Amino acid sequence: MNSNLKREIIIENNSHPFHKETKGEEYIKINTRNESCIDNINLFLKIENNLIVDLYFDGEACAISTSVTSIMIKTLIGKTLDEALVISEEFEKMINEQEYNKNILGELNVYDEIYKQPNRKNCAILPFKGLKQIIKKSD
Amino acid sequence: MNRNDFPMLNKDLIYFDNAATTFKPQIVIDRINKYYINQSVNINRSDYDLSQELSTEIEKIRTQVKNFIHAEDSKEIIFTSGGTHSLNMVVFGFCASYLKPGDEVLTTETEHASLVLPFFELAETNQIKVNYIDLDKNNEVVLENVKKAITPKTKVIALAHITNVIGDVRPLQEIIEYAHLHNILVIIDGAQSISHLKVDVKQLDVDFYAFSGHKMMGPTGIGILYGKYNLLEQMKPLILGGGVSATFQKEGQYLLKNIPEKFEAGTQNLSGILGLGSAIEYLEKNRDEVYLQKLKKYALSKMKEISQIKIYNEYSKGPIIIFNVNNVFSQDTAIYLSKKKIAIRSGNHCAKLLNNLGLNNTCRLSLYFYNTKEEIDSLIKALNNENILEESL
Repeated sequence: MNSNLKREIIIENNSHPFHKETKGEEYIKINTRNESCIDNINLFLKIENNLIVDLYFDGEACAISTSVTSIMIKTLIGKTLDEALVISEEFEKMINEQEYNKNILGELNVYDEIYKQPNRKNCAILPFKGLKQIIKKSD
Repeated sequence: MNRNDFPMLNKDLIYFDNAATTFKPQIVIDRINKYYINQSVNINRSDYDLSQELSTEIEKIRTQVKNFIHAEDSKEIIFTSGGTHSLNMVVFGFCASYLKPGDEVLTTETEHASLVLPFFELAETNQIKVNYIDLDKNNEVVLENVKKAITPKTKVIALAHITNVIGDVRPLQEIIEYAHLHNILVIIDGAQSISHLKVDVKQLDVDFYAFSGHKMMGPTGIGILYGKYNLLEQMKPLILGGGVSATFQKEGQYLLKNIPEKFEAGTQNLSGILGLGSAIEYLEKNRDEVYLQKLKKYALSKMKEISQIKIYNEYSKGPIIIFNVNNVFSQDTAIYLSKKKIAIRSGNHCAKLLNNLGLNNTCRLSLYFYNTKEEIDSLIKALNNENILEESL
């Protein structure tokens, strides 16, 4: 994928994020934030039989955090919790410049050059940090 | 101010984050080096010449600080590790015993964490209450609103002289005068003002005044707490150790020395104190607030010409401009500018209560005497771009 296309996908998911809406008590909620910057995101999760049936977010964050959250949500709805955790692990490996399985990341592959901007790494990982917390909370 | 005096200005970077810290002139760096190369001994403990001479020099700097802020007595000047340390000393060493359950402290929602958080802790442990002065339409403090916020239980007013986000200069003279008429003590965070205002603690009649060295071209790790003599006498030291006690016995009795010694336990940041002395000397010779105000006015006028920029503190008097680019998150703007080798700060700038005012995520441009019109022009050129978000990625 060329850089322009990657950039377009990121911008689109930042300007028109998927499932950005505050949800009520019927959802499991978790707040995730970066201590080094101001990214501040709430995730709202609904699980049935170990399956992520619904996932929303709200909050304020930079273009990277916002767009990763949007694409993460698109990717994970319909996945089992175990599948979600595998995707999360592979995504973090990609951001941290380790070997990773490109095939299961789908659209999340647009962030495969973020490592070139070390100050953006935490922003990219933040939504997945939140995801891991919320899955733990659902236990 | 001669830019050649600052080694950091040789870097390929336009630095507009001076409210976070300032660059150091060579004279400060040299003074720190001189200590480590030629004078690297301890003070107040030894009879040899080098130690005696250094002790004398450190005390001279205490006097220099006293003169710099126009205090009455050099004993009212305490060396600390920074502004945050100074404020914590006042809150936990003085206010903790001065304030009784139910007493009230007045502050604002635009203060820095170093002023607010210690009082939050005290509210929890000592059952005091922290109340807020209403701000005017420009998010500034006016005496009328201070008067309205005062109750019979108000015992302390704690404010920044200039805030680190809005950059407004508080009308301290009239606030302090009014506060004292009502037996209220006033504690001032001078971190942002010490470079820019000629502080006269005696004329202000302020009770405590705290500031850092590094925001006025001095080294990091050194700060000052000024307190009125009689208040410092009542203040307890937060840490004990070498240098603070006159005597102690195995049964546990000890007698503290007088002020300021009782507050300076352990070996002090000697190179920091020496560097601070040089910074004061340099600042007093080179401070040019007229130039800085002109520069800020120029930056404001140019920024206002860019339609996608929203400025939040147009009327404040400090050398700070907070802004956002339409539809671009502040951090994305800061990262974009970083790619253009321009350093600004984004976020809430340690003043998290600003969230309540809708100012939680902003870009902050903070100017200093060594910034130039050409640097502003580079910033304006960078901001005059419709693709800031795209180019931040």
